[in-house]
Amino acid sequence: MKICVTATTGSLDGTVDPRFGRAQYFVIVDSETMEFEAFDNPAASASGGAGIQAAQIMVNKGIEVLLTGGIGPNAFPILSSAGIKVITGANGTVANAIEQYKNGALQETAGSTVPAHAGMGRRVGGGGGQGMGRRRP
Amino acid sequence: MKIAIASGKGGTGKTTVAVNLALSLEDVQLFDCDVEEPNCHLFFGFDLEKVENVNIAVPVVDKNKCDFCGKCSEFCQYNAIAVLPKKIMVFPALCHGCGGCTLVCPQGAISEENRCIGIIEKNKEDAGNLVFYRGLLNIGEPMASPVIHALQKHIDIKKTAIIDAPPGTACPVIASIGDMDYCILVTESTPFGFHDLKLAVDVVRNLRIPFGVIINRSDIGDKKVEQYCIEEGIPVLMKIANDRNIARLYSEGIPFVSKMPEWKEIFVQMFEMIRSVINEEVKV
Repeated sequence: MKICVTATTGSLDGTVDPRFGRAQYFVIVDSETMEFEAFDNPAASASGGAGIQAAQIMVNKGIEVLLTGGIGPNAFPILSSAGIKVITGANGTVANAIEQYKNGALQETAGSTVPAHAGMGRRVGGGGGQGMGRRRP
Repeated sequence: MKIAIASGKGGTGKTTVAVNLALSLEDVQLFDCDVEEPNCHLFFGFDLEKVENVNIAVPVVDKNKCDFCGKCSEFCQYNAIAVLPKKIMVFPALCHGCGGCTLVCPQGAISEENRCIGIIEKNKEDAGNLVFYRGLLNIGEPMASPVIHALQKHIDIKKTAIIDAPPGTACPVIASIGDMDYCILVTESTPFGFHDLKLAVDVVRNLRIPFGVIINRSDIGDKKVEQYCIEEGIPVLMKIANDRNIARLYSEGIPFVSKMPEWKEIFVQMFEMIRSVINEEVKV
C-alpha cells in the first residue's frame, strides 16, 4: 500500500509534520517493504491554495493513504474524491505513524479538521498555517 | 498628481494623515484603498452610494468536453483548479481571474463567468472640494487587489489624488501604491513602527517611488526612526506630537484640521514640498 506521511525531515525517522498543505516534506512509504521516497513539498511556500496543490500532488503520485496531523477544507474534498484515505492525528516519527496506522490505532477522518488559512497573511506578514486549528489574528 | 499614504505597521495614522491632508487641499480626490476595512468615511458626514460591482472572471468547465488532461491545473499559479482522474474541481475564491486556464485548455472546455468580489462607492452628496471614493471587499473574499485596481480607475489625473493605502507590505499595498507619483510613509518611533517602516522603505525603493516619512506621536518612544531617516537620507516630512486634542478629535470622528486650522497650513506646506519633488522627478 502506498502511504504518504507529512514530515519535518525527509526520512522514516523524521517527525510527522502536523500540517498537510504546508508540510515541509512528503515521505511516501510502501507499507509492505517500508521502502520510501521523500521530497520537499513544493506547496509549502505557495502564496495561497497550498492544500489544493498538495492534494493534487497526492493524486498525481497515486497515493492510497495520507497520514498527517490535520486537513483543511479545500484539500479534503479533492483527496476524498480521488479515493485517498485521509488519516489525521498522526504524530511521532514517520515510521511510528505507519506502525500505528497498521495496528488500527489511527482512524480515517470524514471531513476537514482545521479551518482555512487565506494565503500568507495580511496584518502580520509571513504565513504558514499551523495546521492545528490556530487562526490568524 | 497621485500621492499614497502607506505605513508598514497598522495604526500609525495613515487615515488621519490622508483625511487631514485631503481636507487641507483644493480640488482633491480621496481614495480609501484599505478595502478590507475602509474607515476614512467615519471622518466625514456624508452618505455613500454604490458606483459599480467589482467582478473577476472565474473558470467554468464544460464537463462534456474536459478530458482531465490537467494542463489547466499545471498552469494555475494560484492553485485554483485540481484535476483528478475523472473529476475537475474549481476553487473560485483562489482564482485571480487571469484567464490562463481558458487559453491552455486543448479541448476548449473552459469558459469564464463573472464573480462579484466587492463594490466601489462614492460620496452621495456634494462635499465641496472633495470627491471621496472607497472600495469594499465582500466579507470572506481573500483577494483585495482587483477591488483596489477597479477603485483607482476613478482617479482623475487633472486633480490631486490622495490614496489611503492598507497596512503591511503585501499584495494589497503594492496594488495601492504601485502607480503613485509619491508615497508618504507614516510611522511611530516604537520598535514595531521602526521595524515595519524598514520593510515599507524596501517596498517603495523597489517600486522606485519617491517617498518621505511622517513620524506620528513623535514625542513618545525613542529616536531610532529619526536617526534611521537621517542615515538613509530619507526626508522627514512632518512630525505630529502625541497631542491629546488630536486624539480626542479622532475619537469623535472629527478631522483635526477642521478644529486646529494651523495644521492646514502645515499640510499645505508639506504638499507643496512633495509637488516640487515630483516635478523634479518628471524633469529627470
